Amino acid sequence: MALSEATDAGRAGPTKKPTRLFKNMASKIAAVPMVFTALVIFVGGTVWTIVYSFTSSGLLPRLKWVGLDQYERLWNSRKWLVSIENLAIYGICSLILTLVIGFTLAALLDRKVRGEGALRTIFLYPFALSFIVTGLIWQWILNPDLGLQSVVRGMGWESFTFDPLNNASLVMFGLLIAGLWQGTGLIMCIMLAGLRGIDEDIWKAARVDGIGTVKTYIRVIIPMMRPVFVTSLVLIGSGIVKLYDLVVAQTSGGPGLSSQVPAMYVMTSMFGGQNLGQGFAASTMMLVSVVIILVPWAILEFGGKKRG
Amino acid sequence: MANSDTMAAPAALAAGPRGPKPKRRMTRGNIIVYGTLFIFALYYALPLYVMVVTSLKGMPEIRMGNIFAPPMEVTFEPWVKAWSQACTGINCDGLSRGFWNSVRILIPSLFLSVAVASVNGYALSMWKFKGSEVFFGILMIGAFIPYQVMLYPIVILLREAGLYGSLTGLVLVHVAFGMPINTLLFRNYFASIPEELFKAARVDGAGFWAIFFKIMLPMSLPIFVVSLIIQVTGIWNDFLFGASFTGPDLYPMTVQLNNIVNSVQGVKEYNVNMAATLLTGLVPLTIYFVSGKLFVRGIAAGAVKG
Repeated sequence: MALSEATDAGRAGPTKKPTRLFKNMASKIAAVPMVFTALVIFVGGTVWTIVYSFTSSGLLPRLKWVGLDQYERLWNSRKWLVSIENLAIYGICSLILTLVIGFTLAALLDRKVRGEGALRTIFLYPFALSFIVTGLIWQWILNPDLGLQSVVRGMGWESFTFDPLNNASLVMFGLLIAGLWQGTGLIMCIMLAGLRGIDEDIWKAARVDGIGTVKTYIRVIIPMMRPVFVTSLVLIGSGIVKLYDLVVAQTSGGPGLSSQVPAMYVMTSMFGGQNLGQGFAASTMMLVSVVIILVPWAILEFGGKKRG
Repeated sequence: MANSDTMAAPAALAAGPRGPKPKRRMTRGNIIVYGTLFIFALYYALPLYVMVVTSLKGMPEIRMGNIFAPPMEVTFEPWVKAWSQACTGINCDGLSRGFWNSVRILIPSLFLSVAVASVNGYALSMWKFKGSEVFFGILMIGAFIPYQVMLYPIVILLREAGLYGSLTGLVLVHVAFGMPINTLLFRNYFASIPEELFKAARVDGAGFWAIFFKIMLPMSLPIFVVSLIIQVTGIWNDFLFGASFTGPDLYPMTVQLNNIVNSVQGVKEYNVNMAATLLTGLVPLTIYFVSGKLFVRGIAAGAVKG
């Protein structure tokens, strides 16, 4: 490839730069780590996992084809179905609440409030912390004997019960509280940047027409911020699929199976259960869900207009 | 929620100024705005406060009292214990081991990933070659692939290279997975540098590396800082790679922290746990509070594609 380009450049006359061969060589050599990462790790790794998800790999990967057996087993496994259901509950709530809270906070901060800088710092700092730290903090706050529940009971409300981490039907919401705490600041920041990008004249026009503030946000501003919302959706969506560390730290998947998530299923079957095929099939399903989120976005984003 | 009164305010404005100048502070709209912000601020700020307060109390006080109450008697013993005595399994040398492991992972990963990403961004914006955009596209898509999909193939690669279970292997993994976001960052930054500058240097006979080191590097200090911030927090906060590619002696801080706090043996020492959690969060928190606007710029660069 380099050679043919070089000869092309040789013939191309004075408009082309004279040392095209060297220029390309240096650039290509410099790009070797990138090409390796893109082709071997990202493409190669993904293809490898997909291919091996159709084999009977157990303790070690081996190429013995079993067709869709692993997927059949996967979708018949109660643990996997519970994981999917948990992630769906967490995902839907997280998506809606992150967008609502993120936008509300951004809109409030955009009302030229005092102490905006300090508030923004407070809203965003959890995003600097890891999911492990997040999970452990909230595990402590939600501790039924010494945490929030006992404090409220101590204030005189004896029957107050708030113990999501030990209640199978509420545990995903316990995780949600922590997940929202960690992640909404980021979305708020993105939304705030979007709001700041909106022309002041829009507000003036709305005011002249006598449209109320809340109505202006809903009818005018939010439709104008569609790209920002789409970016946020993609970010939140791809983050939800990866949900793992938080669960490990906060609940370890318990009580029972009640806070199992797909990523955890993958990890236990790959590294704990010596059931590689299941791990590969489950991680391929995770990939499929990301594709389902990304493809419509990519079509929306890159389909109409071409960008450099 | 604030429908009726916030809607009324602009309508009154449209009717034109009448009567005395209203006192802005006391309007109901403002109360709702500040009230909501205050409640959310509590939700975000309280956990940090609880962590600090808990880590400074003795165990008897924790068992007796209220997690929100400030300590009656401040003790730093939990911090000392978390740092140098907390147990994971048979090892009882505290979080310090994990801390130093994390440092040993962080420093080389940081240098390598920023170096590689800046060169990538430079090549992709100023020295495009046939196919360079394709590789960049793959890199960008790769950023969205769940890590679990690539985990086992990487185990095999590292094992073949004799690096499985070593810190070097983990460093390389961090460099690879930090590449998409940081390459994007540098590519967009270099693309915004005026082309004339580049052309002038070319006319003067400067090549790929000369332009990079003599012209681009000195100009791009801020973007290096942004990239460093992204990488420090990303690598320090990593759990998945650390747990997958290293063994107990080399676990990074997050993994060790999780093992200390969630270990089932022994009496739970909540103050030590919280001190350990704070210690682990201290590095990214410091970066966050010190870097301020640059941190925001970093995540905005990562989020809103340029």
